[in-house]
Amino acid sequence: MAGPTGSPLDYSIEGLRLVPRRYFGRWLAAAALLLLAAFFVYSFARGQIEWKVVGQFLTAPAILAGLVNTVVMTFCAMTLGIVLGVTFAVMYMSPNPVLKGAAWFYIWFFRGTPLLLQLLLWFNLALVFPKLGLPGLFELRTVDVITPFVATLLGLGINQGAYTAEVVRGGILSVDIGQIEAAKSIGMTRLTTLRRIVLPQAMRVIIPPVGNEFISMVKLTSIASVIQFSEVLRAAQTIYYANAKVIELLIVAAVWYLLVVTLLSIGQFFLERRFARGVGTRRPAAAEAAEPERGA
Amino acid sequence: MLVARGVHKSFGAFRALQGVDLEVAAGEVLCVIGPSGSGKSTLLRCINQLERPDRGAIWIDGELSGYRRIGETLHALDDLAIARQRLASGMVFQRFNLFAHMTALQNIIEGPVTVQRRERSVVTAEATALLARVGLTDKRDAYPSELSGGQQQRVAIARALAMQPKLMLFDEPTSALDPELVGEVLAVMRDLARSGMTMIVVTHELGFAREVADRVVFMDRGAIVESGAPADVLVQPQHARTRDFVAAVLK
Repeated sequence: MAGPTGSPLDYSIEGLRLVPRRYFGRWLAAAALLLLAAFFVYSFARGQIEWKVVGQFLTAPAILAGLVNTVVMTFCAMTLGIVLGVTFAVMYMSPNPVLKGAAWFYIWFFRGTPLLLQLLLWFNLALVFPKLGLPGLFELRTVDVITPFVATLLGLGINQGAYTAEVVRGGILSVDIGQIEAAKSIGMTRLTTLRRIVLPQAMRVIIPPVGNEFISMVKLTSIASVIQFSEVLRAAQTIYYANAKVIELLIVAAVWYLLVVTLLSIGQFFLERRFARGVGTRRPAAAEAAEPERGA
Repeated sequence: MLVARGVHKSFGAFRALQGVDLEVAAGEVLCVIGPSGSGKSTLLRCINQLERPDRGAIWIDGELSGYRRIGETLHALDDLAIARQRLASGMVFQRFNLFAHMTALQNIIEGPVTVQRRERSVVTAEATALLARVGLTDKRDAYPSELSGGQQQRVAIARALAMQPKLMLFDEPTSALDPELVGEVLAVMRDLARSGMTMIVVTHELGFAREVADRVVFMDRGAIVESGAPADVLVQPQHARTRDFVAAVLK
């Protein structure tokens, strides 16, 4: 506060030069990371990897067919998961004990058993129910209905629903009770309130974890290879069993997974922005005040 | 317009309302005053069926709230029927409770469009007029987070009015506001009272009560202690508890 050697108080910093903070730690860390990256690039470049093979198989028909399967399955399973998740979250929070009990059982069962086990169960459904349909009206052989695609969709989607239900429930709980009372006060029923007021606001909380699970689902589809669903990884494996280019084909699969996940992340960014409506995000241009070379 | 008979309501061991009898005539402006915890807000919330009374009954415009009478039995109404009954009364909350994801205009038209299924263009025109009435024409596309407390509360009043209620309920509408913003909200309410709207206002603004109310009710410990013209209840209270309360608020 006081000036040097007892001179009269001087609150002016006119004419003084401002020295911005220097970040030595950051430079050191960046240099170390660059070195590490260079080491990895060098290793992969010198290792027994034929990059020509990678380029060659990147767009191979079998790989692309697997990619389409992966993407289609991800969207189908997530759609099923989200629909089930919202439905069961709402049921779980219902005052009706029957609905609540059913939702509890669903979440308990599908979160409580391994996904792999569930996939195998669906795939082998014919052992329990040889025929599906309404007796007398129509009947189908289960083996014909439960193709690898259907079994994978049911397994992944229904399992996802159990997790999404908890995410959605968390989102619903995050909405202020005053919003619900206000909705009631203008005559909304429970379901209308949920649809028009609560869920749109809950979305802000729900989207980041669901985005997370969407991305996780892209990769989870790969375990469906055990029930002969031909997604990217299985396509890659089928090829390297034949030509023994293991690492090359794994890189091909990795590239595609990364690409799909990157696109999804971009989609998530825009979705989040859409549902941030009305949340105080508009800031005055305060960030510009952080310019370092400015006097008082 | 409103008749309440022997309304009781408890929350666990706390008895919020202990036999409230109240009648409000059409066009009457009633101010309810009393210390916190005296049951004022609970009474409003029972009228709007945000709470269900444990005992007693409330009629709005001759219709029994929350039950259907068939012969000598009362059948509790379902969600949908209660939602329909709520349309008779508009509610203004202490904390505004504007829908955070909707603009001022969207907040106002949400009920008429979604609940009453009225034509969007007609409702939008009405909402624009309501915004003008509460002095917020230029804020129609602002989100609640971009509005001051006073502005939010005025939008909330417009939202309640858009449902064309028979009765307006105000639950401490200015208690959450900065002092300099109280006036603008009271001005809108004063204007509304002059237009002939039936209003029940829970408030600590004794000046407003004295100027605008036709009748003032003093509540304490879940019951109505005293009721009468503002000049009587606020200036020459009959009961010691009313006297203490008025003195405490004025000080």
